[in-house]
Amino acid sequence: MHEMSLCEGVLQVLEDESHRQHFHKVKTVWLEIGSMSGVEIEAMRFCFDVVVRNTLADGATLEIIEVPAEAWCLNCSQTVTVQQRYDACPHCGNFQLQITSGEEMRIKELEVE
Amino acid sequence: MCTVCEENDHHHHDHEHEPHHHDGHTHALGLSPSRMVQIEQDILGKNNQYAAHNRQHFAQHAILALNLVSSPGSGKTTLLTETLTRLQGKLPMAVVEGDQQTSNDADRIRATGVPALQINTGKGCHLDAHMVGHALESLPIDDGGILFIENVGNLVCPAAFDLGEAHKVAILSVTEGEDKPIKYPDMFHAADLMILNKTDLLPYLKFDVAKCEEYARRVNPDIEILHVSATSGEGMEGWLDWLQQQRKAIVEQQMQALEAKMQTLRNTLSL
Repeated sequence: MHEMSLCEGVLQVLEDESHRQHFHKVKTVWLEIGSMSGVEIEAMRFCFDVVVRNTLADGATLEIIEVPAEAWCLNCSQTVTVQQRYDACPHCGNFQLQITSGEEMRIKELEVE
Repeated sequence: MCTVCEENDHHHHDHEHEPHHHDGHTHALGLSPSRMVQIEQDILGKNNQYAAHNRQHFAQHAILALNLVSSPGSGKTTLLTETLTRLQGKLPMAVVEGDQQTSNDADRIRATGVPALQINTGKGCHLDAHMVGHALESLPIDDGGILFIENVGNLVCPAAFDLGEAHKVAILSVTEGEDKPIKYPDMFHAADLMILNKTDLLPYLKFDVAKCEEYARRVNPDIEILHVSATSGEGMEGWLDWLQQQRKAIVEQQMQALEAKMQTLRNTLSL
């Protein structure tokens, strides 16, 4: 959706952290991206390479950990796996689902110098 | 006012350009200086920080801030000008207009007499909390009022960017497909209110209202739904009532907070 801004957000975090944690080069970035975060992973990879050009993360490898979506079904009182926001509970067919994971967009870890 | 960005506004990318030691010798010796750093930070963390700052500002001034989102052409600006005309003189109001280009919408808003500020996002596809924070600096709005933030016409990107608003309001016109809520589920999930606009055109269209509402409730069981025609005025009362209700809730919240603070201070008098 807006992968360019997200990558700019990632870069901003890297720059802030480089001052706090004293590093000058980022070699690998691990991101956790939920399947329901709206992030297109291929677009993210493309934008990342463009955004980090001539920065401390120039040429860094982007590792993406995909997090599957889960929801709590209010009707069955159990956790179920879902693919889309408009999915019904696979057990009872009810739409009263609360997404419990799969919306993540997090920077998890970095390999730095 | 933007306490968050003071240091971040100046991206001194230049000082990242200090010579990198690409000689490879350290690697050849097997003494790679690499280390791992745990970060665990939300990618949108920065935006959320700005949003929290805006939200605090709105709470302190008891301002109801609404983030209006829709596709291009849903009739957002017409609904807004109609709303402002009806409430003008009764309430303090202001408008932040987001568009990629032109100040046409802000000009339409200003014609109603309500102060408006246009933000052109340029290549950007959404407003972010930082832009809105800066807009607040130059857009005067009295306490207890309503700030309408008309986002860029786009049902995708603005869903993820919190601006510090009390509610996102999704406007869907009946000239669009009734399946928009499931085509763009993130937005309808994020919205607290869906306005079905241009209902005066329903007799000429094959738009299935019940189906549309069912789809909206699938992605968001708690969503409120209003039917409005900004052109004919049908349903406008319901929308204005909703606005007043939300505004009063915000004002009462702030009054309670202030009264609690007053009480704390009063208690210190007897110390």
